[in-house]
Amino acid sequence: MGTKHKHRVLIGKPGLDGHDRGAKFIAQALRDAGFEVVYTGIRRSPEEIAAAAVQEDVAAVGLSSLSGAHMRLFPAVVEALKQAGAPDIPVLGGGVIPEEDIIALKAAGIVEIFTPGTPIDIIISAYHDACDKKSAG
Amino acid sequence: MTIDRLLEGLRQRDPRAIGRAISLVENGDESAEIILSSLDENLISEATILGITGPPGAGKSTLTNGIISRLRLDRKRIGIIAIDPSSPISGGAILGDRIRMMQHATDQDVVMRSMATRGRLGGLCATAGAAVRIMASCGCSTIIIETVGVGQSEMDIIRLADITFLVLAPGLGDDIQAMKAGLLEVADLLVVNKADCKGADILAMDLEAVTRKGSAKPTQISMTVATEGKGIAELLDRIDKLDIEHRDSGERQKRRRGAHDQEVLDWCLEILRPKLLADITKRKLPLLGDPRRKAKQILEEQ
Repeated sequence: MGTKHKHRVLIGKPGLDGHDRGAKFIAQALRDAGFEVVYTGIRRSPEEIAAAAVQEDVAAVGLSSLSGAHMRLFPAVVEALKQAGAPDIPVLGGGVIPEEDIIALKAAGIVEIFTPGTPIDIIISAYHDACDKKSAG
Repeated sequence: MTIDRLLEGLRQRDPRAIGRAISLVENGDESAEIILSSLDENLISEATILGITGPPGAGKSTLTNGIISRLRLDRKRIGIIAIDPSSPISGGAILGDRIRMMQHATDQDVVMRSMATRGRLGGLCATAGAAVRIMASCGCSTIIIETVGVGQSEMDIIRLADITFLVLAPGLGDDIQAMKAGLLEVADLLVVNKADCKGADILAMDLEAVTRKGSAKPTQISMTVATEGKGIAELLDRIDKLDIEHRDSGERQKRRRGAHDQEVLDWCLEILRPKLLADITKRKLPLLGDPRRKAKQILEEQ
């Protein structure tokens, strides 16, 4: 699978946090960069996100959390993907996340973490990288 | 995933394999032929394909969600193909139909796939058709194709369906809007959704007046409130009756044949388009003159 195919990604918000401005902003930025973005909306369980990612055959999953529950929810999505037979789908995350948590989240298998102020170009290129790596693997 | 593992996965109805197979076909991968030839013809021929179309905001996804809930009571396995437009500028797309159907996300017997139009004039029809067959072959007895009914390519997609219904809602424009798009002609059934909102009765009356004209058998109109699941059982009864009628009269077989031929035609055009364009560009034809005559001449020389 070369890069000539459209990158499909999923953007969703796990947990009870309803602040979806960030997730929608990322979804639209990715759309404008040529991605096909499956948007699942707010208040999803990790299992729902994993099942959707499998059915949609996305190359990467992007999560947003602004409630402080990222330490629990982001790794739970990684685990749910594993359970759904899709451990190879990379998970990226964004939100109000302190530095020490970023180290722990990356150790738990989340490939990139973005915080307020991360330039959108960096985010888009991280999604490109994640999708390319997934296709090559 | 190797092709053998993929085919075995499809036989096992594994969601990962179904998702992968649809991607491979959508991306025009060479394995498409092997995948599509391996499918179960009987299951495909027995499945019922429903087409849902209508303007943005009419409640198509919510109605689809209600239909899924109802059909799941009978333990039927359902497939959904939800189509949203690609941006003509970036080629990207936001595929958001899942939001209204997330309650079924972890149900193993609801197979859903979002698809972007990718700016293809006809090619989408072929891809959606292949996705329908993959889902049917993996045990989905009802497959719903949902698309915004505004463009020609969307109308073509709807022709893949055995039964098509048009969803309208009050407040989205007067009866002239429904008349001018030609949408009423392709629909087997009409649905006035948001029937609890002001203007629903008037919309239904207007539609009745339009469909009555010059037709011995006017299109039936169903009233639904999709958010509350109201009217959906009645709608499904009508669909069932119509499906049986179409099976008995041969209409269903006729439509399947038409859809198949249309798909092959789509691929012909998809393959020819770049070749022809290259040929035309090379000729540097004079700007003046009848383009139709120029086209005929080029085709004769092929």
